[in-house]
Amino acid sequence: MPAAFVHAHASHCESGVMSSLLRHHGLPISEAMAFGLASALSFAYLPFIRINGLPLVSYRMPPRAVIKGLERTLSLDMRFETFRSPSAGMERLDALLASGTLVGLQTSVFWLPYFPPDLRFHFNAHNLLVYGRDRDEYLISDPVAETTVRCARADLERARFAKGVLAPKGLLYYFTARPVAPDWVRLGRRALARTARIMLAPLPLVGVRGMKLLARQIERLPLADGGERARLYVGNIVRMQEEIGTGGGGFRFLYASFLQELAAKTGYAALDDLASRLVEIGDRWREFALAAARMIRGRDALSPPALAERLRALAADERLFFQNLHRAQRAWAR
Amino acid sequence: MRERDVPQEGNRTLAGHRKAVYAVGDDGKVRLVPSRGWEVEEIVTRQAVEDLERLAAEARERAIAGKASPLEYHMYRARMDVDLLSQATGLWRWRVRRHFSPKVFARLPLALRRRYAGALGISVEALEKVE
Repeated sequence: MPAAFVHAHASHCESGVMSSLLRHHGLPISEAMAFGLASALSFAYLPFIRINGLPLVSYRMPPRAVIKGLERTLSLDMRFETFRSPSAGMERLDALLASGTLVGLQTSVFWLPYFPPDLRFHFNAHNLLVYGRDRDEYLISDPVAETTVRCARADLERARFAKGVLAPKGLLYYFTARPVAPDWVRLGRRALARTARIMLAPLPLVGVRGMKLLARQIERLPLADGGERARLYVGNIVRMQEEIGTGGGGFRFLYASFLQELAAKTGYAALDDLASRLVEIGDRWREFALAAARMIRGRDALSPPALAERLRALAADERLFFQNLHRAQRAWAR
Repeated sequence: MRERDVPQEGNRTLAGHRKAVYAVGDDGKVRLVPSRGWEVEEIVTRQAVEDLERLAAEARERAIAGKASPLEYHMYRARMDVDLLSQATGLWRWRVRRHFSPKVFARLPLALRRRYAGALGISVEALEKVE
């Protein structure tokens, strides 16, 4: 069993897992820092990926972006293993735990019994850490849970080898060497540049332009069926923004925390002002969610154009914000 | 969002758990704050769950009326759709859909029933009836 592992609560599974792994191996990095350095903040509207008939809306980069992004930017020595047979995957996990390794796993959410029933959907890119085993039960540090949990062998096996979109195929990962402290200024600049570039990309589906396109789609939602479909459509957007472990406001507060930390670490004060501005934008996202939820429940009349208008205003705010972030990054003394 | 404005509304969707959100403390620093939930989250989560429950309830009616096999009901109850069940069992989608017919389902060999039961995480006996 890895010596003296300390669990930490996080808002997002992937950044939480990486923060805990790095801290355990001697490089204390907060969840926000892990998220920001991996340039994980984003926005994407992907109509060709449908989940229960609703288009995918995401406020971050695709799954594994945090893990792979940090592996690259921090030059980590990590090993990733997938398995064809569940029994081989479980044996390998047991062997690693027996040698005292802290192991990260990709799993489905649906088959993890410790999750609240209402949150158990078939989402296959959940991440958690296993820090030990007690006979037939695994000792698990799930970043989105407040405390450590236990999970029976059969359940964990099922969760690791769930099928479908983003099937984990038993993926496990661990560090093979201790990470070294990086040059925060260099990494910070690069991470900010990447995020600004993605958010301002001249592509129709991502970043600020993705928001505008989504606003147009919302405006066109048919109301002929009494608005049932329109309600599900906007409910899905709000779920991706608030319920799926984003730390609130579609990861905007989490990223603001990253900017503050980077400012404190490097002494570049301009990032503090940007953080305050992003918190305000996060509040606008929360207002968008509240307005949508009131319409879903019928407390306010359903009005897709009103929601589209809010989303357009957010797109304008974020365009200005990421332009300023880009400028601040360029003005940062080398 | 200020730390003191972090909603603590006791969402039943969280089943007593607390989730981590980020908010601004009195010192101006953004930090992690555990939350008992926000009604907005509960509304959209229940909306998604209720949509799946509605599909399961409709399939249950069909199964009881003899218009569909219990398989369709169990699929929706496991929050799956035909795509996912097909991937989880390794069967073609048209075969899965064919097995929604009570007549075809009644003649299904045990091996296939086992495959469905395994993918859905239930026993073969449970698969054959709707409760």
